[in-house]
This record gives sequence, C-alpha cells and structure tokens, in this order.
Amino acid sequence: MNYEPVIGLEVHVELNTRSKMFCRCSADYFGKEPNTHTCPVCLGLPGALPYINEQAIEDCMKIGLALNCKISEKSLFERKNYFYPDLAKGYQISQYRWPLCINGKLKIENGQWIRINRAHQEEDTGKLTHVDGATLIDFNRSGVPLVEIVTEPDFHDVEAVRDYSKKLQQVFRYLGVSNADMERGDMRLEANVSVRPEGTTDLPSYRVELKNINSFRFMVAAIEYEIKRQIEALEKGEKILQETRGWDAEQKSTYIQRSKEEAHDYRYFPEPDLPQLTVNSKQLTEITEEIPELPWDKAKRFVADLGLTEAQAKILTQSKELADFFEIVVEHGKKHAVLAKDAANFIVNKKPDINSMLPTQIIEEIKGKNVGKIEDEAELKSLAEQAIQADLKTVEDYKAGKLTAIQALIGGVMKLSAGKADVSKLKPILEKILKEKP
Amino acid sequence: MKQKECLRMNNITSLTLTETLEALKRKDFSEEELNKAYLEGIEKFNPKLNAFLEVRKNKSGIPAAIKDAIITRGIKTTAGSKILSNFIPPYNATVIENLLEQGVSVLGKTNCDEFTMGSSGENSAYGVTKNPWDLNKVPGGSSSGSVAAVAADLCTFALGTDTGGSIRQPASLCGVVGLKPSYGRVSRYGAIAMASSFDQIGPITKSVDDARLVLEWISGGDNYDSNCRKEKFKIKSLAGTNIKGLKVGVPKEYFGKGLDSGVEKVIQAAIKKLEELGAEVVEVALLHTEYGVAAYYILGPSEISSNYARFDGIRYGGTRNNFGSEVKRRIMLGTYSLSTGYYDDYYAKAAKVRTLIRGDFEKAFEKCDVIVGPVSPTTAWDLGAKTDNPLAMYLSDVYTIVANLAGIPGLSVPCGFSEGLPVGLQILGKQWDEQTILKVGYAYEQATEWYKEKPKL
Repeated sequence: MNYEPVIGLEVHVELNTRSKMFCRCSADYFGKEPNTHTCPVCLGLPGALPYINEQAIEDCMKIGLALNCKISEKSLFERKNYFYPDLAKGYQISQYRWPLCINGKLKIENGQWIRINRAHQEEDTGKLTHVDGATLIDFNRSGVPLVEIVTEPDFHDVEAVRDYSKKLQQVFRYLGVSNADMERGDMRLEANVSVRPEGTTDLPSYRVELKNINSFRFMVAAIEYEIKRQIEALEKGEKILQETRGWDAEQKSTYIQRSKEEAHDYRYFPEPDLPQLTVNSKQLTEITEEIPELPWDKAKRFVADLGLTEAQAKILTQSKELADFFEIVVEHGKKHAVLAKDAANFIVNKKPDINSMLPTQIIEEIKGKNVGKIEDEAELKSLAEQAIQADLKTVEDYKAGKLTAIQALIGGVMKLSAGKADVSKLKPILEKILKEKP
Repeated sequence: MKQKECLRMNNITSLTLTETLEALKRKDFSEEELNKAYLEGIEKFNPKLNAFLEVRKNKSGIPAAIKDAIITRGIKTTAGSKILSNFIPPYNATVIENLLEQGVSVLGKTNCDEFTMGSSGENSAYGVTKNPWDLNKVPGGSSSGSVAAVAADLCTFALGTDTGGSIRQPASLCGVVGLKPSYGRVSRYGAIAMASSFDQIGPITKSVDDARLVLEWISGGDNYDSNCRKEKFKIKSLAGTNIKGLKVGVPKEYFGKGLDSGVEKVIQAAIKKLEELGAEVVEVALLHTEYGVAAYYILGPSEISSNYARFDGIRYGGTRNNFGSEVKRRIMLGTYSLSTGYYDDYYAKAAKVRTLIRGDFEKAFEKCDVIVGPVSPTTAWDLGAKTDNPLAMYLSDVYTIVANLAGIPGLSVPCGFSEGLPVGLQILGKQWDEQTILKVGYAYEQATEWYKEKPKL
C-alpha cells in the first residue's frame, strides 16, 4: 500500500522587542551573564504581576496580518499550568481558546496554500543547563515574548515543510520582529506527523509530535525518518501510539520522549491577572500600515515593473536588506542610464557585499563594464607591463609552460584599470610582451 | 479638638490617623514620640494578642501595620506560611511605595491566616491572633493581626487584603473600620496573590475618614498591575456629609437562616439609624447570594491551585509539605475543578454564577445607592470552634464573598455590640463608588460614635 504523510507544524518565534513580554527587563538575553536580566515578575516572585508589553502585541498582530490571519477584536490570555524547573510561576501565560490571530494562510512554492489555524502570543521559559550532575537555571530568557504559529495538517511532503518554514523565517525578518535564528533558538519548529493510506482523506487517529529540533536540516531528517518508521510499523500491522519524540542527530533516528499517558493536563483557564485584550479598528489600521511590502509582493513587482526574471526577483527579495539595496541601486542607475535588469544581473551574478559597498559603487562598476572601456593599445601595453612587473613569479610560471598563468596577469590588469580594460584586446598584447621577454 | 491640644502621651495611640496627622502638624508630639508610644503598646499587648509577627523600631514616620501577605523590601514576609519562613523580598509592593511617599513607615508585619486562606486567623503557621475584645475569641480573618492591631491601638492604621471578606469580616468581629475597595482600585502588585481576580488591598482604620485618606494614598495605577485603574481615588473631606434622600437597599437574602438574632437586632437598629439620618430604605433582591459561597470555592481555589504552583520546593526553601491543610485543601479543590473533564461542570459553571451575581448587583443598584446588611452572620466565636469544620468556616463569609465575586467595594463600620462583642455594618456600593459608601459610613459613624469604644486589655 502507498501512504501519504499528514504533517502539521507549530513554529515558535521569539520577538526582538526591547523588553520582555510582561516586565521591563531587557529581552536581549543571548550570551548575557545568567540571571542578570531578571526582576520579581520574570522570576515569578510572590506578589509580582504581569504587565502587557504593547510592542509584542503589535508584533504578533503584524505576523498575523502577514500570514493573512483575522485579528481578533477580543482575545484572552490564559494560564497553561505545568511543572518544570525552568517555569518560574508554575504556569506559562499563553493564549488558548481566544488567540489574537486566527484563520490565516500562506502560499508556498508548489502553489499550495497552507492554512494557519492561529498565531498567538505567549512567553518563553528560563533555560536549564546540566553540568556535572547539577542543573543550573538561567531566568534571563524567562518572559521573553514568543509568538506561536500553528498550521492545519496541510503538509504532505517534507519539501513543503522546509519551504513553509523558510518562508516564515523570511516573513519574520521582513517584518523586523525577530532575528529568527534557528541556532540561537529564536525560531523553533515542532511537527505533528502521521501517515494515512493514499487516497483517503480522514485524519489519522494518532499523531506523533516531533519536538526540540533546532535546525531546518534536522527537522527534515526527523520527519523523513518518522514517515518511514510509521509506514514500516503500519505495514507490519502495528498500531502507532500518540507520543512525543525527539531527534537523535548521532543515531539519525527519532526517540520517544513522552507517551500519551504522560501527557500533561494543562488545566488552562483565563489569566486573572490580565484584562481581555481588545484591538480597535484604528489600531488595526495603523499596524496594517506599518507592514512592509512582503517578499512575494516585492518579487511580483520586480518582475512586472522592472522586467526582472522570476528567478532574479526571488533571489533579490530573499532578504529585505538586499531588496532595499537593489532598489536604491536601480534608483541611482536611472541617472546613469543603467537599467534595472543590468543592476539585477550584476547583483545576482557578482553577489557584492551590500554591507561594505555603496549603491553608487555598484553603478560605477556596472558602467565600467559598458562605458569607458580601455581599448587603446598603448594604454593597454603600459598597464600590462605594470602588471608583469608586479608579479614576476607568474611570468616565470608562464615561461615554464604553465600557460594558464596568464589569467592571473589579466586579473592584475583588471585591478589596475578598475575593470575597464578590454580583455579581448589585452590578451594578445600580454602574450606578445611575455614572448619577447628573455 | 480643644481637649486634644493638651493631649497626654498615653492618649497618643487612641488617636485616629487624621487626628494624629493634625496633632503632628500642631507639634503636639513628635514622630519619635508617636512611634515610641506605639512600640510601648506593642511591647505590652502583643504577647497577649500575637498580632505582630515582626516589629520595626522606627523613630520616624506614621507607624502603620502591614499584613504579612504584602511584600516589604528587606522585611521578612511570610504570609503566615512556613513555606516563606525565611523570605526577605527584594522589592516593595506598590502600596508600600505609595505609603512611604506619604511619610508612612512600616511599624510591623501582622499575622494572618496562611496565604490569607481562613476566616478566623487560626490558619497561621505562627500561632493564632486573639480578639482584643475577648482573648478567648477569634479575631476573624484572614487579616487577623492587622485588625487586632488597630482595635488594640497598636498602630495608627493597618493594611489588609480582602479576597472573600478578609478585611471586612475581621473588622466587624473586632469593631474597627475595614474597606475593601473596588477590584482594580488599588494595585495588587506585591500582594501575595490568593485568588487573583478577587484580591484587593484595603485600609483597616479607626475611623471612616481614615479609611478615605488611606485609600487616597494607596489607590491608582502603577503600570505593574494591568487590572488597576489609572486614576487615584480622591474626594473632599467627608466632614459635613449629609445622606438625606440617599437610597439604602436592604437585601432580604441577608436576613435569613444562619443570621444570629443578636447580630440581626444590632443591624436592624443601624438601618433604623440611617433612616433617622434621612436615608430612604428600600428592599432589594440579591437572588443568587446563596450560590456565592459555592461559586467562590470553585473559582477561588482554581486560581489558587495555579498561583501556588510557584512554591514547588525548588525555591524558597522547604518542600510543599510545609503548606498548611487549608492551603492544601484549596490547591486540590482547584486542581480538580480545572482538570479536563471537570472544567465545564465546575469552573465554567461557577464563572456563570459569578456573572449572575454581578447582574444581581447591577439590578439592585438601579433601585438604590448603597446596599446595607450584616458583615458576618455571627460575632466572634470561640477559638477552635470551627477549625474541624471547614464548611462552617466558609459559610461565615456568606455576606462578604459576593462583593468580591462582583468586584464592588464594601465597607465594614462598627455598629454596636451583641453580648459584649462588636458587630459591623456592611455597606456595599457600585463599582468605583467608594465615595458613597464612605459617606454613608461616615454619617452613621458620626451619629453613633461606636468607633470610640475601645477594648479593655
């Protein structure tokens, strides 16, 4: 029998707000001395209360809007109760029955729309480190704003999962709401995986949750492994249990972390310390206006208005920084008769370092290619001689029979001429000089 | 006033807060003398009462007693629990910061039922507090120490917390003024939470005008409590208050089975007095009162079960075995009501009752400006009388709990005695309308002067 995987994804993303979700501590905890970004609130001291960080709520709404969600006029924080030493209060403030953003969708590369059940606001926990049999707790991360984005079980292959995850990462970065760095734990993936006989449409009666996986690569490997494991089990007539599994990168296999019986009863109830969250239409309009042009819209515009190929547009919109840089180059290019297409070609092929190069420099380089080429033989001869003097070692190589060494000398001339030398005329001149040399 | 100008030292502690402030202004005595007088009183009477768990030998400031469930920086805060026997907080509750700004000093931390769970003061891990009117009787709870300290003139005023009656009920049993403000009037930041959607900090004072002043000091938003109203409570002095034409609602549900006849007599007399003062008495219905206790003991423990998860045995020293039995009982009740399969039958249903009770009050307040009745069905009872019967203990809060369910303000004003023990008149108001209940309380107090009665220790 053939099987079809059914996969749903839960993505947690840490927001890069200045302060934490419910207190004034700095949320920029990464690499900081343990327990220095703490206060009574994020330590969960008796008497302390949460106070909502409005910026985080706005960021969550931006994520929701970018993912085509409906923003709930009224939503509610709830307490998710469970015991873990990194959870200062014994509960996490999260959203459950009344999330801030609901019913969204995101289109992925294969043309499929992935339905998004919700994007809700919550807080991160502290961090445990196990050293020599002891466990250390760092509460710097406790209370850092998190947004959780949950899809419907719409994925049927791993490629789609990877693509969706990368798109989300791109969206977070475009919105500027998170660094979304997987290795630092800014962005975390959890997948619910099950399989069903091909051609059926019912949701399988079980699902296996893959947790604590910290890279796209491992997530893909874990899902692939899990699909194979489940199909094999079903083929053998085994029943697959609802459970939580982790990924062992060394063994390249998933392993059980928690069975259904050990699953928590989180005893969710409305967080009594916080009022209902309300969003009015004025706020919603303001936040909608703050959302930048998203990568897929930008790419479409680059194709339609600037005449780029779809491949170019996709590359140039990978990050907002690159897209912005490209657009400035195009703007400058107009004054120098440089076409957007040429600018795109140059940036896509040459991959200039946009952090160290100015857009005007890019224009100069492009112009150097087309305008002001050095074709004058005397001038080229003089440049060639300079290049030879500067690199006698290569001349020796050439003389010894390594004819390709001439490329290095061409490179030298290009450098001296800021790329303006006409290579087709330069090469015979160089060869002539070298031949004449003793 | 004249006679107070030539006040002698041993009379200092019988002054109300507002009188004390005037006397200080007139330089009748210094802050040092003021503190000394109270410290002498504490030294003399606290061993009998066990009202204070911790005393600070200050030389300045207006000495106030703070319920030990309120966080004080650098001062041990146990909330009456063994679990926090060694907890010295690194921060101040907002109310403490507010009081310090007004020149108030923390005279001491007062005993209370463990984590404010109790109606008699007997659930403290640090021994029971005695009622200053009769040392064999309970002072009521949970703000037992604060109330006893005010009644025995061991502080100028005190702060308590009220989740189901913990300010008003002991105030009634000890013959002092106790005010539970509207939910959200006073920042809860730094009040060790019992049940977060019910808790309010409030003043326990020697007079109604004192309660007004302390509420002004402690009210107002602070960006640390999301449920706290920004504006400070501020009204002109209550002097010259007139309640002519004011409509006073009397709910028949507050005068049924379980109400002690001696208490009822005193309350009826008090209502008569209000009528004499020009108020119009109207009957109102609070139909769902009888479900109040049941709803409270579902919703409250649900929040408690979550709030007390932080005492996980990893921090704050001792293990969870150190919780007293009442705390354990409520944690278990709440955990049960929130569990999958029970939530709808318990928590969700109780939340509906809460909505109905709110509706009761909204309807009643269409017909009247305040609602009056007893605070407690009985006067102070014998120590130990109800400790084996938690349900009887819970029912002693039947008249106070509904205000916490509805979030409205309530005041307890001394209104006489039954068999030598104080009785308090409860005055309930619309949400945010502390002004009217204070006015009624003040008019009554000035006309009767029960507050001048002091226990003989």
